[in-house]
Amino acid sequence: MKQEIALLIAFLVVFLCDTFTSDKGAKSIPVVACMWMAAIVAFGFCTIPAGTETAFAGMYATSKVMYAIKNILNIGTFIILIQSLKWANSDFVAIRRGEFYELIMLTLLGMYLMISSRHFLMFIIGLETASLPLCALVAFNKNRYESHEAAIKYVLTAVFSSAILLMGLSYVYGLCGSLYYDNIALAASSNMGVMMVIGLAFVMAGFGFKISLVPFHLWTADVYQGAPTPVTSYLSVISKGSAAFAFLVVLTEVFGALWADAWEWMLYALIILTITVGNLFAMRQTNMKRFLAFSSISQAGYIMLAIVGDNAMGISALMFYVLVYVFSNLAAFGVIGAIENATGKVDMTDYNGLYSTNPRLSFTMMLAMFSLAGSPPFAGFFSKFFVFTSTLSDGASTALYVLVLIALINTIISLYYYLLVVKAMFINPSDNSIATFRSACSERLGMWVCVAGIIGLGIVSYFYDYLLTVVG
Amino acid sequence: MFSNILIYFVVIPIVMLLGLFLCRDIKQIRAVAVTGSVLLTALSVWLLIDYLGLRAAGADAPMLYVDSWSWFAPLNIHLAVGVDGISIAMLILTGFILITGSFASWQIPQPKEFFLWLILLSTGVYGFFISIDLFTMFMFYEVALIPMYLLIGVWGSGNKNYSAMKLTLMLMGGSAFLMLGLIGIYYHSAPEGQPLTWNILEIARYGAISEGWQRFLFPMTFVGFGVLGAMFPFHTWSPDGHASAPTAVSMLHAGVLMKLGGYGCFRVAIYLMPQAAHELAWIFIILTGISVVYGAFSACVQNDLKYINAYSSVSHCGLVLFAILMLNTTAMTGAIMQMLSHGLMTALFFALIGMIYGRTHTRDIRQMGGMMQILPYLSVCYVIAGMASLGLPGLSGFVAEMTIFVGSFEHTDLFHRIFVIVACSSIVTTAVYILRVVGKLLYGPVYDKHHLTLTDATWWERLSTSTLIVCVACIGFFPNFFADLIKFTFSPQIFAVLGLN
Repeated sequence: MKQEIALLIAFLVVFLCDTFTSDKGAKSIPVVACMWMAAIVAFGFCTIPAGTETAFAGMYATSKVMYAIKNILNIGTFIILIQSLKWANSDFVAIRRGEFYELIMLTLLGMYLMISSRHFLMFIIGLETASLPLCALVAFNKNRYESHEAAIKYVLTAVFSSAILLMGLSYVYGLCGSLYYDNIALAASSNMGVMMVIGLAFVMAGFGFKISLVPFHLWTADVYQGAPTPVTSYLSVISKGSAAFAFLVVLTEVFGALWADAWEWMLYALIILTITVGNLFAMRQTNMKRFLAFSSISQAGYIMLAIVGDNAMGISALMFYVLVYVFSNLAAFGVIGAIENATGKVDMTDYNGLYSTNPRLSFTMMLAMFSLAGSPPFAGFFSKFFVFTSTLSDGASTALYVLVLIALINTIISLYYYLLVVKAMFINPSDNSIATFRSACSERLGMWVCVAGIIGLGIVSYFYDYLLTVVG
Repeated sequence: MFSNILIYFVVIPIVMLLGLFLCRDIKQIRAVAVTGSVLLTALSVWLLIDYLGLRAAGADAPMLYVDSWSWFAPLNIHLAVGVDGISIAMLILTGFILITGSFASWQIPQPKEFFLWLILLSTGVYGFFISIDLFTMFMFYEVALIPMYLLIGVWGSGNKNYSAMKLTLMLMGGSAFLMLGLIGIYYHSAPEGQPLTWNILEIARYGAISEGWQRFLFPMTFVGFGVLGAMFPFHTWSPDGHASAPTAVSMLHAGVLMKLGGYGCFRVAIYLMPQAAHELAWIFIILTGISVVYGAFSACVQNDLKYINAYSSVSHCGLVLFAILMLNTTAMTGAIMQMLSHGLMTALFFALIGMIYGRTHTRDIRQMGGMMQILPYLSVCYVIAGMASLGLPGLSGFVAEMTIFVGSFEHTDLFHRIFVIVACSSIVTTAVYILRVVGKLLYGPVYDKHHLTLTDATWWERLSTSTLIVCVACIGFFPNFFADLIKFTFSPQIFAVLGLN
C-alpha cells in the first residue's frame, strides 16, 4: 500500500496548495507537483518489497512485479508532467493548472489499484477512479469545441465499456460465487461450460475498450485529437500500459484455465485485427495526434502479443514493451506538444522541412519514429524482438508462427507510415516550414530523458534482465 | 573485450560517428571519413595477413579470433565475433569501397549528415560480417538498412521518394521473414538438455534442427537474405533504388550491401540447415536462374546508365546465389569470388556513372556520345569496368564466373545441366549490353556540343577509380590466392552432411 498512500499524500498536498495559495503563489504548483512526482518515482524504487504484501482482506496485493510496472508508469507520468510545464503555465490553462495535476495523480492512483487488485470489486473501483478523472482531463480545454466532443465520446465509451465489463463479471460471479481472483481461477479450472465463456467474452470486450483494441477502438482517434496534448500522451501511454498489464493478470491468472477452450482464439483474432486495422488507418492520417492514435492502436496489438507467450518471458516482455513504448511515444508527443505550444500546428504537412529549421526536434522525432517502428539499434527493436521471442517460446504451434508472421509483416506497414513523418521532416521541401524556435527548458528536459531512454534501454541489457528477474 | 581485434571494426565506425558530430566544416568531415575508412581498411588487411599466418601455423578451427561476451543472459544472446576467409574478404571489400565512396562524395551537399548516415550504414555492415551470433548479426543487418532511406531520400535524384520507400520497405519485408526464421532457429538450435543458443558455430555443431523444421526455416531465411541479394521476384527495389541513390550510396549498396544477402544465405540458411538446402535448392535455383537471365536481358533495353548497371547487378548477384545453391566447393568458391569481383566492379561502375553524371547532368545514353574524346580517363576506366563485367580474362569477372560454371557443371543431372546452360547464356547477354553502352556512350560523334567543355577526372576521382581497378586486376591475376583463402574455410562438415565432395 506504500505507493498508493504516497501518491494519495502527493495528491492531497497539491490539492491543498491549489486551494489555499494566492494567485501569485499558484505559479509554483506545477513545479511542486513535478517534484512530488519525482519523489514518488524515487519512493517506488526504494520500497520494493521482497515478497507479496496484501491488504483489505486479500482484495489488494502487491509484489515486485506490480512495483515494476507501477514504477514504469510513474516514470512515464513524471515525464508527462515535466513536458506539460509550459502548457500548464500558458494563459489559457493557468487558472486551472492545479486541477490538471490533481486529476493526473488521482487517475494514476486508480491505475495502481487496478493493477494490484486481487478482487473484481477492487478492480472496478480502480478502473472507475482511473476513468472519471480522465474524462475531466479530456475536456480540459473547455473553450474548444473538439475538446467537448472528445470528452463526450470518452465518457460514453468509458461508461459503456464499464457496463459491459460489469455485465461479464456478473455472469462470472453467478457461476463462481465469488469475486476473488483465486476463487474464480479455482472454479474456472473445473469445466464451467458456455456461460463462463460468454462472461469472459464480455470481460474481454470491456478491456478491449480500455486498451482500444479493434473492434473497440472507434473512440480513440477523436479523443486523442480533441484532448490537450499532455492528456493525449497520458491516455496513449499510461492508461494503455496499466490496462494492458491488468488484462494480462486477469487473463492468465484468473481465466488461465480457459486458455485453450475460450480465449486463445479470441485473443489471436483481436491481435490480428488490432495490428492490421490500426496500421491501415494510420497510413492515411494527416493530423499528427490522430496519426499517433492509430499508431498506438497497432502498438497495443503488439503488447497483447506478449500475453500469448503466457510465461515469465511474456510478462517481462510486456513490461519491457510498455517501458520502451513510454519513452518512444512520449518523445513523439513531446515534440508534437512543443511545436503545438510554439505555433499551434499539428498537421503532418506543417512538419515539412522541419529539419532545416529545427534540427534537434526533428532528430528527436526521428528517433521516436524509428523506435516505434522497431528498427535497431533503438530500444523499440529490442522490445519487439523480445515480444516475438516470448510468443514463440518452446514448442510453439504453427498457429503462433503464422500469428507472429502477420505481426512482422505489419511492422513493415507501420514502418511505411513512420517513415512518412521522417520524410516530411527531412526530405519534403517547404516554403513555409515552421520557423526556428527554442522550446522551453522543461520540454527539452523531457525530450532528453526520452532520447536517453530510446538509445539506452535496448543496448544496456540491465533493464530487460531486471524485469525478467523480477518476474522469475 | 577490447583485446579482440574484431571488435575494432565496430568501435572505429562508432568513434567516427562521434567525431563527425564534433566536426565544424567540410575539411574536418572529409578528414574523419577518409582517416576512419583508411584505418578500417588497414585493419582488415592486417587481419588478413595475421589470419593467413595463423592458418599457415596450423589453426584448423572453422573460425578464428572467436570470442563472445554475454549480452542478454536469460536469452543466451551474446555479442559473439569470429571470422573466416570469407568474412575477411568481405571486410577488405567493404574497406576499399568505403574509401572510394568517401572520395566519390567529396563535394556532397550537407556533408555532415551524409557521412553520419553513411558511417552508420557501414557500422552495420562491419558488425554483420564479424558477428557469429544470430541476434547481433540480425541487429547489425537492420542497422545497415535504415540509413538507406534517408541517404536516398535526401541526397538522391530522380524519383527518389518512391525509390527510397520501395527499397526500405522491400528490404525490411525480407527481414521480417528473416526474423521469424532466426527465432525459429533459436528455439530448435540445441538438442534436448542443452541450453538454446544463437551462436552459429554451436548450432552447426549440434545440427539439432529437425528436417521438418528445416523445411520451414530454410525458405524463411533464404528468402529473407535473398531479398537483399536481389533474388527474382524480389529484385524490383534494386533498379529503382540504385538509380535514385547518390553515387557513394549506390557504390556501397551494390558493392557491399547486396553481398550481405549472399553471405547471409550461405552463412545462415545453408550452413545451419544443409539438409533442407539440399532438398529445396531446386526452387531457388529456378528463381536465381531467372534473376541471372532476366537481369541481363533487362539491362539490354535500358537507356539510363544506372538502370543498366542495376539490372546487371541483379544478374551478377543472382549468379552468386545460384552458385551457392550448387552446394559444392568449387561453385561456392566461385560465389565468394563473384561477390568480391562484383562488389569492386559495380562500385567502379557506379563511381564512374556518378562522375559522368556530375559533368553532363544526364544519364541517358541517347543524349551522350563520343565521351572518349572529351573524358579520356573516365572513358578508359569505363571500358575496363565493362570488360571486367563481361568476363575478360585477366580481370576479376572471368575467374569468378569460370569457377562458378565449372563448379555448377559438376552436377550431372538434367535439371542442373539445363539451368547451368541457361545461366551461362547470360555471359553473352552481358557482352551485348556492355558493348552497347560502350559504343553509344564512349565512341561515335559527340552528341552535345556543350559536352566539349567538360573536364576530365580530378585527383580524388582518379584515386578512387584507380584503387578499384587495381583491386579488380588483382583478383583477375592472382585468383589462386583468393581461392586458397576461401577454400580453406569451407568447413568439411556441411559437405559431409550433404554427401557431396
